[in-house]
Amino acid sequence: MSEGDETSASGPLDRRLFLRRGLRWSAAIAAAPSIAIAADIPSDPTRTPGQPFSNYGQPSPQEKATIRWISANRAVAGNGVSWTPLHDLEGIITPSGLHFERHHNGVPQIDAAAHRLSVHGLVQRPLSFTIEALKRYPQRSRIGFVECGGNSNSSWNLEPLQTRAGYLHGLASNSEWTGVPLSIVLDEAGVDPAARWLVLEASDAIGMNISLPLAKARKDCLLALYQNGERLRPEQGYPLRLIVPGWEGVLNVKWLSRIELSSEPVMSRNETSRYTELQPDGRARQFTFVMDVKSLITSPSPGHLLSEKGLYEIRGLAWSGRGKVKRVDVSADAGKTWKPAQLQGPVLPMSFTRFRIPWRWDGAAAILQSRAVDETGTVQPTRAALVAKRGRAGYFHYNAIVSWQVGEDGELSHVYA
Amino acid sequence: MSMPSAATGAALACLLAFAAHAETPRLGQPISAAELARLPRSVFPDGRGLPPGRGTVADGETLYDQRCASCHGPKGIDGSGGHLISDGAITGPDQDPAINNYWPYATTLWDFTRRAMPMNAPGSLTADETYAVTAWLLHLSGLLDADGVLDEKTLPAIRMPNRDGFDWIDARRP
Ligand code: HEC
Repeated sequence: MSEGDETSASGPLDRRLFLRRGLRWSAAIAAAPSIAIAADIPSDPTRTPGQPFSNYGQPSPQEKATIRWISANRAVAGNGVSWTPLHDLEGIITPSGLHFERHHNGVPQIDAAAHRLSVHGLVQRPLSFTIEALKRYPQRSRIGFVECGGNSNSSWNLEPLQTRAGYLHGLASNSEWTGVPLSIVLDEAGVDPAARWLVLEASDAIGMNISLPLAKARKDCLLALYQNGERLRPEQGYPLRLIVPGWEGVLNVKWLSRIELSSEPVMSRNETSRYTELQPDGRARQFTFVMDVKSLITSPSPGHLLSEKGLYEIRGLAWSGRGKVKRVDVSADAGKTWKPAQLQGPVLPMSFTRFRIPWRWDGAAAILQSRAVDETGTVQPTRAALVAKRGRAGYFHYNAIVSWQVGEDGELSHVYA
Repeated sequence: MSMPSAATGAALACLLAFAAHAETPRLGQPISAAELARLPRSVFPDGRGLPPGRGTVADGETLYDQRCASCHGPKGIDGSGGHLISDGAITGPDQDPAINNYWPYATTLWDFTRRAMPMNAPGSLTADETYAVTAWLLHLSGLLDADGVLDEKTLPAIRMPNRDGFDWIDARRP
């Protein structure tokens, strides 16, 4: 199911398929800035007054290779995605400026003072809320992931794509989101007993709309005003977005302006034509909301180089839309033997969880894998098992075990194992 | 442990100023019937939300060629915006879903076109133009004759071939 030539990850990814030569080339880019910058850096920072204050801090220029990878439609610049560089990041919080993006027709510029959230349909009192009003409500924070239902979709391809880990699996990011519990606003409007669904709508240039079951809306959804402590960034939905913990990214509607309560789903394009998974027998899975248990090794990963034999820390991320991550096992022999990794706290439900395990590289070829299990006992499947069950045309909800091959030269590549 | 009574009084007064955690400021403003009518509409499979209007397959063809073909190819077969009409099947080795063989509801096509297309001028089609271009795409799908006309009554009556092809996973069907 390709979504326009360049829109879908599988389209453009195929085209920016770097083979091993390409990997060296991208590693070379990563090294270049520090050489260029070196000329500007005083040889002894203790003998030169430092830089002045800044109103808003920026990453070190030496880290300027740590970027979102943009993959946009060739005719519509605002249609596409940008990927979080998971391979360059540590801990569990994604910097807001590196949170992945999926826009259908650009990032709208919205006047926060004029913006309204309308709640209507099957309610007793149709209500409209300003952003200033929402800021006065009790705020709640939760740390959690947002993952696009289409994340990792190039892994359905017959051949493993050679690129950085984040550009394969980085349509997932993790933030602290703060805002008003959606249930408060629903209660204020007075939901009619006949209502079962919310039709959510955005103020962007496709009028993004999608249906969310009322039970989930009441349970734990958040009208988010803040991300990682500051007001939302425009590309993350400024001035208001919904956070739907553990469920497909597309439901976390950005630039949220309208909620219509109804007895049935609206059957919008993004819950029928897209975000449904066609199975081999021709039937399709629809309303596959939960993002299943998943993990990957972020370091070492393709583009990194093991420069010598010796001790390395294998580091990765695991998450599940069903709750907390319970265990992550790591294998260095393509899944023949497994060792439990250490989970670094905090281990939060529906959140990235960082795992680590020390590993001594003896210089031989190896295949590194991680396998997560969540608190419901759901185990991350192998690629073979997932493909056997779902075919390869479903496009969405790929969560299989990821394999990185370490060559004798210390270079890493993406393999199916 | 005993506490001097003055301090107890102060603590109590202070507590009283706080509201219960469940209390919220209730700052939602009522939306009047006139304002409600101006809100964007959701279009449901049964046709609820469709505005009155009418468009022919013939007008839709002209419009499509002017406003859509640059991104979706002649007759919806290819293009940078993705194909709209499939010449394949949704089963077999090269599963190729599109409007004609995959989409469950014709109302979805009207609604998405109205709110999102054409991408370079979203929301620029009138209701009549949207009925017309929808009629053309449904004609290309083999679901409407060449002299066909669509309006708010006939559009939701069109039964898409794959309407029953979807299984709900994380939601219960009524
Ligand atoms: C400037 C390019 C452009 C033009 C012109 C354009 N589209 Fe699109 N169209 C796109 C892109 C890109 C997408 C993919 C949207 C997305 O990713 O959300 C799309 C998606 C669609 C879809 C959804 C396809 C699917 O399988 O889900 C339909 C239907 C559609 N367009 C109809 C039209 C019609 C009708 C017109 C003319 C009135 C039109 N488009 C004009 C770029 C364009």
